[in-house]
Amino acid sequence: MGNETLSDGDRRDFLLMLTTVVGGAGVAATCVPFVASMNPSSDVLAKAETEVDLTGIEPGAVRTVAWQGKPVFILRRTPEQIKESESSNGILDAQPDSQRVQKPEWLVVIGVCTHMGCVPNKEGPGWVCHCHGSQYDDSGRVVRGPAPKNLEVPPYTFEAENKIVIGRA
Amino acid sequence: MPGRIIKWIDQRFPLTSFIKHELTGYPTPRNLSYWWNFGFLAGFVLVLQVATGIFLAMHYKADVAVSFDSIQHIMRDVNYGWLLRYMHAVGASAFFFVIFVHMARTLYYGSFRAPRELLWWTGQALLLLLMATAFMGYLLPWGQMSFWGATVITNLFRATPFIGDQVVVWLRGDYMVGDATLTRFFALHYLFPFLIIGAVVIHLVALHTVKSSNPSGIDLAHKDNIPFHPYFTAKDFYGLGWFLIAYSVFVFFMPDSLIEPANNIPANPMQTPNHIVPEWYFLPFYAILRSVPSMVGGVVAMGLGVMMFAFMPLLDRSHIPGGAHNRPIYKIQIYLFLLDMLVLGFVGYVPPTGETLLIGQIATLCYFGSFFTHPFISRWEEQWLIRRGLSAELLALMEQHAQEEEQRRKQRHQHKWGRA
Repeated sequence: MGNETLSDGDRRDFLLMLTTVVGGAGVAATCVPFVASMNPSSDVLAKAETEVDLTGIEPGAVRTVAWQGKPVFILRRTPEQIKESESSNGILDAQPDSQRVQKPEWLVVIGVCTHMGCVPNKEGPGWVCHCHGSQYDDSGRVVRGPAPKNLEVPPYTFEAENKIVIGRA
Repeated sequence: MPGRIIKWIDQRFPLTSFIKHELTGYPTPRNLSYWWNFGFLAGFVLVLQVATGIFLAMHYKADVAVSFDSIQHIMRDVNYGWLLRYMHAVGASAFFFVIFVHMARTLYYGSFRAPRELLWWTGQALLLLLMATAFMGYLLPWGQMSFWGATVITNLFRATPFIGDQVVVWLRGDYMVGDATLTRFFALHYLFPFLIIGAVVIHLVALHTVKSSNPSGIDLAHKDNIPFHPYFTAKDFYGLGWFLIAYSVFVFFMPDSLIEPANNIPANPMQTPNHIVPEWYFLPFYAILRSVPSMVGGVVAMGLGVMMFAFMPLLDRSHIPGGAHNRPIYKIQIYLFLLDMLVLGFVGYVPPTGETLLIGQIATLCYFGSFFTHPFISRWEEQWLIRRGLSAELLALMEQHAQEEEQRRKQRHQHKWGRA
């Protein structure tokens, strides 16, 4: 290597830039496992499905079951509740009742308020979230804010007349 | 012999000159009132929290199956465990109390104004660190309030554009607040105090560069400064005595007064308590969150609500030196703002009904209004005060500031365009 390469300014600038880019990429790549380690681990991901026996739930009653650590409300709706739910499409996040149930008698929704994640209480027709005052109807649709969306319907399937599996579509 | 040792050290480390420069010779305005004790008190509470926290960590277990019981173990079985825990829990409230007074003093006396903007901003960073540390520590007892507080606050991050849901799951390490959340909060709750200590060092370096402000709000002449030690070490320790009396009343006679009763029930992910409230020091910001009808709007408003203080050096357009002492309108503004904070705190505590929601919305508007109208009010107040007539002393100071500003502008101009 001669003196002219050592004092070549462009060559130095290029090498400095290249070193910075490679070093920066290395630091970024090193961050990936640290950030990824904070995502759900395999055992958390494994608790995917919950089987529920529906016998013994009276008309108008709610049973709360755990699925992926979250509460799921199973409401056996009375004919009046079904009629009431089918008569409107909700207010803030319009959706027909037929898209929210597989059988009109059974409403299955995740019992987590779409606002801040509290568990709403069954009060009057529908649910009321006591954290910030959101209200849901008997189809789990939001009728009063601040919640922006309807209660989520989890994937589930009827294994038998009186048995559902939540988490299996 | 001690003289020889100190001499030996001084040849290798600037011990004597450091103590002289930062303590025994550090110039401090002689008119500092007891409102200037609260920075020192905050430092004292920080040491107290780190000390009690480390000893609590020797007995606490971060595991959803046993963490609630490990608190009972600390309270019943560990020697003086009850004392350590009550000191730590009351200490958290004490920390926020002294910080809030410290901030109110800075606002009232205009201590955030030039040249102390960076000092104020490092303080703002310290406030955020303190809030994060307190929030994560509150999950550790794994009671109902711990669980649902952490659930609601991590849910705030759903407001992140595009990847909100993934961010929430990433923060929790689970679909709900769970074991993964608890262990990481414990790890970070142990780490953050040391970040706070680092930020405090930066805060103090900034302080010792610009020096303390004082109740007159006017930088004093050299003759009006006295050494920090022994004058203000004595004053700070006297104030510390009063602080410790109040602190001990809480620790020994009413330790449960600041702990929500619902937190004595173990966390239950299937059942939210009917009335969830954050700790008192978060109530005003919680009220702002609830006052905005849209979710993203509420989160943004709450974040902005905490950060608004940082904008004060930019929002204040008055050239009148000092704080409320020289500015009657500003004084009224400060008192109204403190009143508004109390109203917001009350609204944050009570359950959301139609009326309290309305009061909260009005108080939220007043909160932001008092910041956003400040450039106009402060400018108008300045002109009004000048028309009304200022003291010769203030006029001379303003003249001097204006000249200095002019000088700086000229230098910038010359630097940019070269000498004519």
